[in-house]
Amino acid sequence: MEEKKYPIIYVRDLTKKFGDFVAVDNISFEVRRGEIFAFLGPNGAGKSTTIKMLTTLLIPTDGFIRINSFDPIKEQDEVRKSFGIVFQDQSLDDELTANENMEFHGVLYHVEPNLRRKRIEELLKVVDLWDKKDHLVKTFSGGMKRRLEIARGLIHHPKIFFLDEPTLGLDPQTRNQTWNYVLDLNKKEGVTVFFTTHYMEEAEKIAKWIAVIDHGKIIKTGTAQSLKQDTGSSNLEEAFLKLTGKKIREEEVSPLDRMRLMRKIRHH
Amino acid sequence: METIYILWLRQIKRYWRSRSRIIGALGQPLLFMVALGFGFGPIYAKAGGGNYIQFLVPGIISQSVLFTALFNGIEVIWDRQFGFLKETLVAPVPRFEIIIGRTLGGATIASLQGLIVFCLALFIGFRPTNWFLLPMMIIIIFLIALAFTALGTAIASTMDDMHGFQLIMNFLVMPLFFLSGALFPLKNLPKVMEIITRVDPLTYGVDGLRATLIGSSQFGLALNFSVLAILCIIFLAIGTWLFSKVQI
Repeated sequence: MEEKKYPIIYVRDLTKKFGDFVAVDNISFEVRRGEIFAFLGPNGAGKSTTIKMLTTLLIPTDGFIRINSFDPIKEQDEVRKSFGIVFQDQSLDDELTANENMEFHGVLYHVEPNLRRKRIEELLKVVDLWDKKDHLVKTFSGGMKRRLEIARGLIHHPKIFFLDEPTLGLDPQTRNQTWNYVLDLNKKEGVTVFFTTHYMEEAEKIAKWIAVIDHGKIIKTGTAQSLKQDTGSSNLEEAFLKLTGKKIREEEVSPLDRMRLMRKIRHH
Repeated sequence: METIYILWLRQIKRYWRSRSRIIGALGQPLLFMVALGFGFGPIYAKAGGGNYIQFLVPGIISQSVLFTALFNGIEVIWDRQFGFLKETLVAPVPRFEIIIGRTLGGATIASLQGLIVFCLALFIGFRPTNWFLLPMMIIIIFLIALAFTALGTAIASTMDDMHGFQLIMNFLVMPLFFLSGALFPLKNLPKVMEIITRVDPLTYGVDGLRATLIGSSQFGLALNFSVLAILCIIFLAIGTWLFSKVQI
């Protein structure tokens, strides 16, 4: 057993400001190895911004992060090897086949060729895309693309799997199916899963721990059960309402879009 | 090394799979060669310039390399809009390897496009004066391709979306082409034009190709080669620097 100083994801007093706008406001949480952890909150709550900071894509304004005991600012490569990620928007190359997308990823993550081929076959079989491996991705449905991204994110045996709104835009049946694959892989490979969502039922069904986040702040962290109990609610929807004072809503702009919009307004 | 290779390979595969685009991109150079070549040919000959097609073809090859190279560089924006860029940016590889692989891929494609135009030119009657200089021609083509792919990537790294695309087309690509001496000789130009043509980097590509293909040159092969090589280094350096700052 290797000894680690920190839980696999460890965050203290994390803040991100875009100009005057505070997207993530002094949040702290931790995730233990092999667990499934969900960020539940409306669009624009700071979920994606948090994931970007955890995955080296954004530099925090303030705070302390350890991913697999590495620092995402100073030890970028070590952190990047530690996680796999499925982004909110699609990130496949449509003009390449499923297999070529997988290969590309394997090479970028320095997985040696023999291991790579075996791993790609194994994962494509798990997500039921093995017989479609030589098809161009542009012929795939939304659900198939998501499955491919899930398989791709795990080629290099990451310790943590980040999923940013992985089921956004999918129909309910495909959403269910997608989660089954993730749960399956969590069980088989022991990979820690961190995901964001604004679907109550997903957070409740999939995650062991849920952090309710709104306006860049974590309102409360707990199991679905404890969140309901502590707020005296019969379901998570009600608990959310009591915690944040509102229903989970659809906001049309992300913090970054808001920034860009403000910049544009200022220019005119 | 493997990273650079896989990014290069990706570009080549995408190119090879969009054959309609390859053929489509040949329409313009072919039109230029036929319309301008045969249209202005008689006047050019009467003015004592010789065979205009011979003169024009190196210019048209440069043009197609320029177009393909710049647009390949600018494709970074597509990758950004369609999300693929993120996949490469979170990978544990240095950004300069990503940009080198991409740029080499784009440059290879632009070079191939230039060679196809060269073959087309042979069909409409163009003849190189010295076939032994062909390897040198390929080198010059590759340098043009590399410089402008790098420039395209550099520009794309500063853009959020495709809105500036038309701007680049009208204020960069067209002037680069029309003011490069691709269509007219660089001798006896009005002073202002002379200065402008010498500032245009493509001028040295066109002149270098003329040196290797028809044995006539304004600046000499050595100077053209040096200018292009230095441009490659400068544009690559700027591109790498700007690309390293890209945030998503």
